[in-house]
Amino acid sequence: MKILVCISNVPDTTTKIKFVNDYELDKTGIQWIINPWDELALTRALELKEASAGAIKKITVINVGAAETEPTIRKALAVGADDAIRVNIIAKDAYQTAKQIAEAVKDENYDLILTGVESSDSNGMAVGEMLAELLNINSAASISGINFDKSLFTIKREIDGGTELLTIKTPFLATVQKGIAINPRIPAMRGIMQARTKPLKVVEPKNIYNYVEYTDYELPKPKGKCKMIAADNVTELVNLLHNEAKVI
Amino acid sequence: MILTYIENWEGKFKKLSYELVSYSYELAKKLNTKVIALSIGNVNNDELTLLAKYGAHKIITVKNQQLNILDNKLFAEVITNVAQKNEATCIILANNTTGKAIAPRLSVKLQAGLVAGVESIPTNTQPFTIRKKVYTGKAYNNVIVKTPKKILTLFQNSFGLVENPQEANIENLDISTAESEIKLIEVNKVTGKILLQDAEIVVSAGRGLKAPENWGIVEDLAKILNAATACSRPVSDEGWRPHSEHVGQTGKIIAPNLYFALGISGAIQHLGGVSSSKCIVAVNTDKDAPIFEAADYGIIGDVRKVIPELIVAIKQTKK
Repeated sequence: MKILVCISNVPDTTTKIKFVNDYELDKTGIQWIINPWDELALTRALELKEASAGAIKKITVINVGAAETEPTIRKALAVGADDAIRVNIIAKDAYQTAKQIAEAVKDENYDLILTGVESSDSNGMAVGEMLAELLNINSAASISGINFDKSLFTIKREIDGGTELLTIKTPFLATVQKGIAINPRIPAMRGIMQARTKPLKVVEPKNIYNYVEYTDYELPKPKGKCKMIAADNVTELVNLLHNEAKVI
Repeated sequence: MILTYIENWEGKFKKLSYELVSYSYELAKKLNTKVIALSIGNVNNDELTLLAKYGAHKIITVKNQQLNILDNKLFAEVITNVAQKNEATCIILANNTTGKAIAPRLSVKLQAGLVAGVESIPTNTQPFTIRKKVYTGKAYNNVIVKTPKKILTLFQNSFGLVENPQEANIENLDISTAESEIKLIEVNKVTGKILLQDAEIVVSAGRGLKAPENWGIVEDLAKILNAATACSRPVSDEGWRPHSEHVGQTGKIIAPNLYFALGISGAIQHLGGVSSSKCIVAVNTDKDAPIFEAADYGIIGDVRKVIPELIVAIKQTKK
């Protein structure tokens, strides 16, 4: 069996977002990381492989991006992915990303494909399910648990106010969220050294097409000043919420 | 036609369902067309008729044993089938776990551009231009959809409810599908609690509570306000509360009418998940905590002291 993990390269979650000319992200000083949900997906994939007694042979990571995303890919290799693919294009939308991944892996027959439920930059929440559709395989979204036993996968899916435990036939794709793994792996020096020599295949894009165009950015309107209330006068707060904000 | 997929919860609709129809009606008006509401699963006619009140011109119901649990692949097939039969140009879904699971598949099937997480109707129809949140609420992006067909997912509690009563027919549609390859083993549901996503008021607490045994006062406050409870990331990471209650950039993103940030400093990741709340109340001992920049009302104080006093004050107001 083999697992594919789709990873996206995003600004660190503490980044303060600024733009140049309203059209372009100001990249000065930004730290780039593996999208946090993708990192959890990779962590769980590694755990599954380690617990599979050899049944899961390989974990591949794939990223759609320019050469500048390679440090992020190397980090994924450093924590334990076996090899990597980078599709050399800066994708314009989720469809283009999904389509390029599908083109790159359609003949590889991965048994399981994992990816984060969304990326912390465009929040499109679309690449995973689009990829499943392009590959015509089963899928489940918002998965917070996945287990593998004798070729049968059971998954835990978050639903409103609870969870469902399901079985799902391979090949399938799961988009994962918090809970799938607890702590992301931190690369050790040995892993970092090994990552340098692990295969990273760069493929050129095919059938380039996008459905939507992102144009200009806007920053949210600044909030009005916070009205401070003395700690010994909570009745005043309740009055304001009742009479001014009219929310209780 | 505008086609809106309306999920049901054990045969019932909720506020979100009517919000989707209200939004679709407004969009239909702008595009000079009509709204079809599609329900999949066992919903009775009385419940279905409620969709007409918010602007559905036609209601389609599909009942099929294979569709009792969410199978993204099969649901996408059914919705695509209905969309094609009715020549839908726009498909509207909720930006919840179900909508997010199905919409991307519809996008591929119908070759329709998808904009996930919209809050308002398009600013322009030629070209079709709509605003969406990016960087987890830290910015907005205007998006142009190039394809003739469009798919949008709507953020809950962003558009609101607008009544537009229509005389709608209910059409029972028989669509057969393959057998689902996803099987349900068990469902675990918390009962009696208000769901975080649906709550008008959310009471959320962080490390300022100091210890998990102090959580009780948060529940008490939530109870008298009819609110849902939530928490900051450290609180869920340390296991005081389940992950499902974590709100913030890597947890749940919510937009209630009123959000209480109690003993939460308001790191940028936390704000990303709650900044769309209509009104934010912050209580924190640190007067320089960033939460006060995002809040509408603030109290500098210890939450362990302020929360019980707040409970008393609210009880008095209710009398």
